[in-house]
Amino acid sequence: MATVRLRGQLKQLAGDEAEHEHDGATVTDVLRELEEAHPAVRGWVLDERGRIRPHINVFVNGERGREDTALEAHARLEIIPAISGG
Amino acid sequence: MSELTEVIVGTKKGLFALEGDAGGAFEVTARAFAGEPVDYAARDPRTGRVLATMTSPFYGPKVFWADDPAGEWTEAAGVALPEDADAALKRIWLMVPGEEDGLVYAGGDPGVLFESRDGGESWTLNRALWEHPTRPKWEPGGGGLCLHSIVPWPGDPRRLAVAVSAAGVWLTEDGGESWERGNEGLVAGYAPEGAPPDEVGLCVHRLERAPSRPERVFMQFHGGVYRSDDAARTWTDIGDGLPSDFGFPIAVDPADADSAYVIPLTADVDRVTPDGRVRVYETRDAGATWSPRGDGLPERDAFLTVLRRAFAATGEGDRLGLYFGATSGEVFGSGDAGATWSTIAARLPPVYSVAVS
Repeated sequence: MATVRLRGQLKQLAGDEAEHEHDGATVTDVLRELEEAHPAVRGWVLDERGRIRPHINVFVNGERGREDTALEAHARLEIIPAISGG
Repeated sequence: MSELTEVIVGTKKGLFALEGDAGGAFEVTARAFAGEPVDYAARDPRTGRVLATMTSPFYGPKVFWADDPAGEWTEAAGVALPEDADAALKRIWLMVPGEEDGLVYAGGDPGVLFESRDGGESWTLNRALWEHPTRPKWEPGGGGLCLHSIVPWPGDPRRLAVAVSAAGVWLTEDGGESWERGNEGLVAGYAPEGAPPDEVGLCVHRLERAPSRPERVFMQFHGGVYRSDDAARTWTDIGDGLPSDFGFPIAVDPADADSAYVIPLTADVDRVTPDGRVRVYETRDAGATWSPRGDGLPERDAFLTVLRRAFAATGEGDRLGLYFGATSGEVFGSGDAGATWSTIAARLPPVYSVAVS
């Protein structure tokens, strides 16, 4: 079971809850479970191809993760938009 | 008491609704999507529903709908490319009511058309245009491969013209089941000499159809202003008399198929209003002659850029309302077909789109 931590708009879309527990062997698996539980999140983190959007960072236990990053038990995922803008 | 005019402005930092008397003072009555780039927003005159599209730099392009721009917004479904596409949807450029109840079109990047049958709540991709055999040759313009103009044929949902920068004009007469080009007569002055007409990137900037004579369509091109009198199949250059052949938006008078309005910019390498003066140019004879309309617009030290979806019209005839916004944050309005103008907002974020109802 992995813990997914959300903030800002993503937290609001996911029932205004900051922490979510989901099963999955990879980052994609867990994000798909999150989308299943909270359909409003669909398309916001993963695009239609299933890729993490370019300016979204997914950290796994503090390290930058990718779609296929394998998750150990009790992994901690943090989804953080890039610091950018104008 | 006159009826209030509502101007919905999409900006780099959110949606703003302005209300006021045509030709008079306006005030901001609503703001939505604070901080987000709102590429386009407009009210569907048939239902009163407001559709808005924003492209979050983090979360991608989204379409939302609401009955009140100051109220709750709901995200629309289906605004995405097929899962097996080699690209993700980059942006939605506009939404346009169709010619059947509930029918709405949306155009986006990369050169895609979506259709909704429920007033914008859910969308499906037009497969015929997506899978068109010429698509691998389509080249993006500076703003991306954007489908930025959608002009229905009044009363006939089967007929539609769309324009893609820089893949030219596309026409359907079977409700989007098939598409053919509508580019004859366009001259791409920026293309290599001798390039085959169908091979060059045709950088259409905006189309508008004359509703009272639907076979007539006006176009602002990357270099030139054009008119078609055969349903956007062939084009005639009508730009003589303008200070520049470059600009982005174009507007028409629904009551008069000979009337059109453009906002020339200096050149493609200097995309600001010429000579530091802001002027809208009007034709009343289908492009044979053009006249400047600038009474009330900035006359000196004003170097503005007006983008392709930042010019809109409402009403008709002598009471035609014309509204446009600039990337420097001003919005200008006229309630008398461009004879006189006023500044209806002076300090908004960079304006991406203007719609009026």
